[in-house]
Amino acid sequence: MTDTLPDKLETLSPMGRPLRRKEDARLLHGQTNWTDNIQLPGTVYMAILRSPMAHARITHLDVTPALSEPHVVAAYSAKELGDLNGAVPCVWPVTDDMQAPAFPALAVDKVRHVGDCVAVVLATDRNAAYDALDAIEIDYDQLPAVIDLESALQPGATLVHDGADSPGTNECYTYHLPGTGIPYDEAKTKADVVVKRRFINQRLIPAFMEPRAVVASPMGVSNEMTVWSSTQIPHILRVLLALVTGLPENSLRIIAPDVGGGFGGKLQIYREEILAVQIARQLGRPVKWTETRSENMVATHHGRGQVQDIEIAATKNGKLLGMKVNLLADMGAYLQIITPGTPLLGMFMYPGIYKMDAYDFNCIGVFTNKTPTDAYRGAGRPESTYAMERIMDELAAELNMDPMELRKKNWINHEDFPYATIAGLVYDTGNYEAATDKAMEMFDYDSLRAEQQRRRASGDPVQLGIGISTFTEMCGLAPSRTLGALKYVAGGWEHCTIRMLPTGKVELITGTSPHGQGHETAWSQIAADILGVGVDDIEVIHSDTGRAPYGMDTYGSRSLAVGGQAIKKAAERLIEKARVIAAHQLECSVDDLEYVGGAFRVKGDAEKAQPLAAVAFEAFSAHNLPDGVEPTLQAESTVDPQDFSYPHGTHLAAVEVDTETGKTTLRTYVCVDDVGVQVNPMIVEGQVHGGLAQGIAQAMYEGVEYDEDGNLLTASLADYLVPSAADLPSFTTSTTETPSTTNPLGTKGVGEAGTIASTPAIINAIVDALRPMGVTDVQMPASPQRVWRTLQEAKGGNA
Amino acid sequence: MSQIPISVTVDGLTYDDEVEPRTLLVHWLRESIGRVGTVVGCDTSSCGACTVLMDGQSVKSCSVLAVQANGHTVTTIQGLAEGEDNWHPVQAAFKECHGLQCGYCTPGMVLASIDLLQNNPDPSEQEIREGLEGNLCRCTGYHNIVKSVQYAANTMAGKDQPAELTGGAR
Amino acid sequence: MIPIAFDYVRPTTIPEAVAALVASGEDGKILAGGQSLMPVLRLRMAAPSVVIDCSEIADLQGVRDDGNSIVIGAGTTHHDVMNSPIVKEHSPLLAMATATVADPAIRHRGTLGGALAHADPAGDLPAVALALDGVLSVTGPNGSRDIAAADFFTDYFTTSMAEDEILVSVTLPKLGAGWGYHYEKFQRTAQGWAIVGVAAAVHRSNGNITAARIGLTNMAPSPVRASSVETALSGADATVKAVGDAAASAADGTRATSDLHAAADYREHLARVITKRAVLTAGGI
Ligand SMILES: Cc1cc2nc3c(=O)[nH]c(=O)nc-3n(C[C@H](O)[C@H](O)[C@H](O)COP(=O)(O)OP(=O)(O)OC[C@H]3O[C@@H](n4cnc5c(N)ncnc54)[C@H](O)[C@@H]3O)c2cc1C
Ligand code: FES
Ligand code: FES
Repeated sequence: MTDTLPDKLETLSPMGRPLRRKEDARLLHGQTNWTDNIQLPGTVYMAILRSPMAHARITHLDVTPALSEPHVVAAYSAKELGDLNGAVPCVWPVTDDMQAPAFPALAVDKVRHVGDCVAVVLATDRNAAYDALDAIEIDYDQLPAVIDLESALQPGATLVHDGADSPGTNECYTYHLPGTGIPYDEAKTKADVVVKRRFINQRLIPAFMEPRAVVASPMGVSNEMTVWSSTQIPHILRVLLALVTGLPENSLRIIAPDVGGGFGGKLQIYREEILAVQIARQLGRPVKWTETRSENMVATHHGRGQVQDIEIAATKNGKLLGMKVNLLADMGAYLQIITPGTPLLGMFMYPGIYKMDAYDFNCIGVFTNKTPTDAYRGAGRPESTYAMERIMDELAAELNMDPMELRKKNWINHEDFPYATIAGLVYDTGNYEAATDKAMEMFDYDSLRAEQQRRRASGDPVQLGIGISTFTEMCGLAPSRTLGALKYVAGGWEHCTIRMLPTGKVELITGTSPHGQGHETAWSQIAADILGVGVDDIEVIHSDTGRAPYGMDTYGSRSLAVGGQAIKKAAERLIEKARVIAAHQLECSVDDLEYVGGAFRVKGDAEKAQPLAAVAFEAFSAHNLPDGVEPTLQAESTVDPQDFSYPHGTHLAAVEVDTETGKTTLRTYVCVDDVGVQVNPMIVEGQVHGGLAQGIAQAMYEGVEYDEDGNLLTASLADYLVPSAADLPSFTTSTTETPSTTNPLGTKGVGEAGTIASTPAIINAIVDALRPMGVTDVQMPASPQRVWRTLQEAKGGNA
Repeated sequence: MSQIPISVTVDGLTYDDEVEPRTLLVHWLRESIGRVGTVVGCDTSSCGACTVLMDGQSVKSCSVLAVQANGHTVTTIQGLAEGEDNWHPVQAAFKECHGLQCGYCTPGMVLASIDLLQNNPDPSEQEIREGLEGNLCRCTGYHNIVKSVQYAANTMAGKDQPAELTGGAR
Repeated sequence: MIPIAFDYVRPTTIPEAVAALVASGEDGKILAGGQSLMPVLRLRMAAPSVVIDCSEIADLQGVRDDGNSIVIGAGTTHHDVMNSPIVKEHSPLLAMATATVADPAIRHRGTLGGALAHADPAGDLPAVALALDGVLSVTGPNGSRDIAAADFFTDYFTTSMAEDEILVSVTLPKLGAGWGYHYEKFQRTAQGWAIVGVAAAVHRSNGNITAARIGLTNMAPSPVRASSVETALSGADATVKAVGDAAASAADGTRATSDLHAAADYREHLARVITKRAVLTAGGI
C-alpha cells in the first residue's frame, strides 16, 4: 500500500493523539454562550417562591398582591396556572406497582421539601421579580417531616404522599434481582466467614459550577417555541416537554448552548423548564429564569442517598461464595426523570470484578421530605462499587489477609473473558492483572506498607493508611432492548450525520450533548481519521434539536462508546458514497479504488486520483453523477449498541490520619484505568482527574445534611464543602488498553470511572490507618470530627 | 431607589452609566455592558467564577457593587487579549495543559492565576493550590489547572517547559 | 441573588461617615470591604435602608508605627495588612493570621476593621486582637473613644460599639525581642472558616517561657483568652511536656457551641490539641 501513498498522511492520523481542544479558544477568551447570557427583546424574568418548610399544608395562598408591585407582568400559583401546571415526568417506572405520585410544577395544597415551588412572579425587571415575591401572601400548616429512611417505612409513619390514591406507605417500590447462580442462603451454608456491614452512601449535591438557566421564547419563526436550557439532554427534553405541555413536538426547538458542567444534575426535566415554557406560551413573550446557587442547593436534584446492608460469605481461604445486598434508597419527595431507576443502575455491579456462586439484590425506594434524588456522576455504580470494595477490605481483615491478595484470589482472570457474571451481565474484556501490576509498581505498595509498620510500631500520632479499589463499571448506556427489559421507556441509540460541503469543509452532526467533555475535538478526530481531512476542517454540530435533530444526549459514559460508533459508521458510509462518484469521475470500477490520504486513488496508477473535496463538489454541482446516485455528499447512521462496555482499573490511595485531631490528608493517589482505545488521551486523563476529585470529595468533604425538620443545613457553597485546589493533591494516573469488543472503535467510557473508583479507595485507606486501634468503618464524609469520634468509640471512650 | 451615575473603564473602554446602588459589579458587567464572559456561580462569594481584576488586583465581582467600581479599572477575561488569535500566556497555558473542561470556572481561574503570578512569579505547587483556593472547579480536579499555572509561569519567565508539563506530542 | 434595594452614600471623611450613620437612624450599614456584608445582603438576611461605603475614606487606610505600638486603619485591606512591612516586623502574628483569612481575592477587598466589627465567632482576627491586647478606636457623634479588645467583642456578631459609631483604627502593642508567635487554624477545607483557631504569642528566655498570650477563635460566641493556659505557661519549662500539661486546660472557661461543622466537645478537644501545637511552634520548642 505504501507505494501508492505519496504523502505522510498515515502518520498524521489524529486518533490517539492528545490534540489540544478546539473548544478552548472560545472558552478562554470569554466568547461563551451560557444560557444566562441570552437577552431577548421583551423578556420577562421569572422568580420563584419556594417552600421554606419540608412538609406543610398550604392553608392560604394569594399571589394577587404581587401584581401591583413595580414591573410585574404576571404571577401564578397552581390555581392560576390551572391546566398549564404540568407534571414532572418519571420515565422509569421500575415495577408495575411502583408508587408514582403526581409531581406538579407548582405545588398543589401541600409542599413536600424545602425548595418546593409554590408560586412564580414574572416581571420585566429581574430584580423586581425577586422583590415582588415578598408581596405574595402564604400561610403554611407545618407537618412532621419524614427524614430517616428506616423510620419512614415504619407503620404509622407520616406519609409524604397521602392523597386519595396513596397506598398508605412511604415505600415507592421494592425491587428484587436474583442472581444467576445458586440461592445466597445455600451458598452461605458452605461459608467459614460471613461479614455484614451497613454502609451509608450519603446524599450529594452535583454542584456543577454553572447554575441552571432556561429561556423559553415563543417568538421564533413559524410559531416555534425555542427553549434554551442549561441541560445535558436537549433531545430527551424535547420529547418530554412535548408530552408534558401538549405542544407539538415539531414546533419545539431545544438548544443547550454552552453548558457549564452537569454530572447527571442536568440529566433532567425540571419544574422550572416546564414553567418557563408554559408561561411563555401563556404570555406570548420570552420567559427567562436563572437559578441562584441557593436555589440550586435545594431544587436541583441530589445524588446517592442509600443505606446499604451488605453481607458477604467466603471460605477461610478467602474464596468468595456469595453476596447479599439490601438497599434503602432515598427517592426524596418526588420521582424525577430516573429517580427510581438510579439505584438499579448499580444492581448489576455489586459483584464487581469478582467471581462468586450466589448473588441476591433487594432495593426499597423510600419517599422522604427532601429534595428528589436522581443521577449524579456514576449513578448507582459508585454506590455499588463503594459497598463491594469496602466489604472486601473488611473480609480481608477478618481473614487476616492482605486486601490485594484477597482481590487477586477472586477476580476474573484476563483469560476468562468474555465472562458471564453472577448478576447476569457479560463482561466483554478486561485485564485486571495488568492494571493492578502497573498501579502497584507506580504506587510502591511494599515500601508504603513498610512505612506503615514503622509508624504503627513507633506509635506515631500520624498514622499511614493504604486503600485499594479494584473496580469495573458498566457504561455506554445503553442497548435499547436492555433498557426496555428494565422498563425504561426510551432507547439508548445514538445518531450521527456527516455532510461534506462543496468547499470541502465537513459538518458532523451528533446527538451527543457535551458540557465539558471535548466532543468537538474528539469527534473531529474520529471522523478526520476516516475521512482523511484535517481535524480543523470539521465542525461538530450538537445540542440543538433544530440543527442536530436526532440523539440521546450525554450521560452514563455513553457518548463515545455509543455515539462514536455512529460517527464511524456515518463516515464510512460517506466514503462509500464518494467512492461511487469518484469511480465515475476516474472512469474505473469502485473496486479499483483505494481511499488513502484524503483522496481516491486508482490502485497501481499513482497519477490517477481524486481528492474527496473534488468529489464533494461534484456531488454538489451534480453535473456528472453516475446513474442512480443522488446529489450531495452526506451520510448518516443511527447505532444501537449491542452491549455495554466495561472500563476497569486499580486505584490506590495513601492517606495520613492525624489521630489527635482526626484530620485526614491525602498523600498519594495512583490509578491505572483501562478505558479501552483512547481517541484523545489528554481528554481521557482530564476526565479521570475530575472524576477522582468528585469521588474523593464524597469520601472526605461532601455530604448533604438535613436537620430533623428537613431544613437543608448544607445550603450554600460555604457549608457544602466542594474541595478547592488546596484540598486535593496532584494525581498519578496511567492507563492500560484492553479494547472493548462491544463496539468497533474498541472504546469504553471514562466519564464516571474516577468517581466510581476513588471513594472506597479513600475510606479503605482511612480505615486501614486506624484498624489497629479497633476501627472497622468510618462514615462518609470522613470529616476530622467523625474520624476522631470513631476513634474514641473504638477506644471505648465516652465520646 | 435613585440611580447613581458611574464611569468605569472595562477592558480598555470607559463606560458611563447609571445604576441602582444594589447592582452587583458582575451583573452590571454582564447585563448592562454585555461583558458576559464573566459569570456568576454562587451567592456567598465562595466560588470565584466572577473573579475580575480591579485596578490590577483580583476581586470577586459578585461582592463589589457596581457603584464601587466608579472611577476604577476592571479587566475581565475578555480584555486579556482581544481576538481568538491573541493569547495571554495564562490563557495559552490553560489550553496547552487542558486546564479547563466546561469552561465555566475558567474566566475566574485565569484571572486569579494572573493575580497569583503577579505576586509570586515562581510559585511552588502548594503556593498555586493555596493561591487558587477561592476558585472552585467541578470538572478538572485542579490537576491540570495547577499544571497550567506552572506552564504559564515558565512562559512568562522565558524558561523551557519541563516534559511533564507539555503533555505529549500532539 | 440580588440585595433588597438600598440607598448608597460614599463619604470621604470620618465625620461625614458618622453623620450619614446618624442620619440613617438604626437602618444604615457601613460597607467596608463588603466581603461579609455583600453575601448577607445577597441572601437578603439584612435589608439596610442606606449603605454607607467607607472604602474610600483616606483616614481609615494604612498602617503606621507609633513608637511602642502600631496603628492600623480600620479600612486597611487584609492584603495590605499581611504585606505591610510594619505589621510583618512588629505584629507578625497578625500578618500570619491574616494570610489564613479566606482567599486572595477576598483579602484584596476585606478589611481588618470590617472583620473586627463583624465579630464573627469563626473570624480569625478578633482572637488575634484579643491575644495581643489590642485597643480599638471608635468614633461617633459624641467623639472618639478607645475600647480594649477584651471589652469590644460581646457576643455573636456583636460588639460594644454603639449603633452610630464606626471603628477607625486598631492599635497593637509591638511584639519585641524574645517573642515568638503562631496562628494555628483548624479548618475542614482551605477556604473554610476556622472550626477552632489559636493565636499564640510566647516569650522565652533562658529555656523558660516567661509569658504567653493566647486567643481562641470559635470557642465561644466571641473570642476568648486561654487564661489558665497563659498562667500555667508563665515561668514553665520550654518543653513539650510542660506545654502539653498547660494546654490541657485550653478549653476551661470557654463556651464552645455545636454546629454543622463540629460539636462542642470536639471543639474543646481541638482547643487543647491546637493550643499545644500553636504554643510549641510559637515558642520554637
Ligand atoms: C468565602 C469567604 C470566606 C471567608 N473566610 C474567612 C476566614 O477564614 N476568616 C475570617 O476571619 N474571615 C473570613 N471571611 C470574612 C472576611 O474576612 C471579611 O473580609 C471580613 O469578615 C469583613 O470585612 P469587610 O471589610 O469585608 O467588611 P464588610 O463586609 O464591609 O462589613 C462587615 C460588617 O462590619 C461592619 N463594618 C465594617 N467596617 C466597619 C467599621 N469601620 N465600623 C463599623 N462597622 C463596620 C459592616 O457594617 C458589616 O456589618 C470570609 C469571607 C468570605 C466571603
Ligand atoms: S459568584 Fe462570585 S464568588 Fe461565586
Ligand atoms: S472547567 Fe468546569 S468548572 Fe472548571
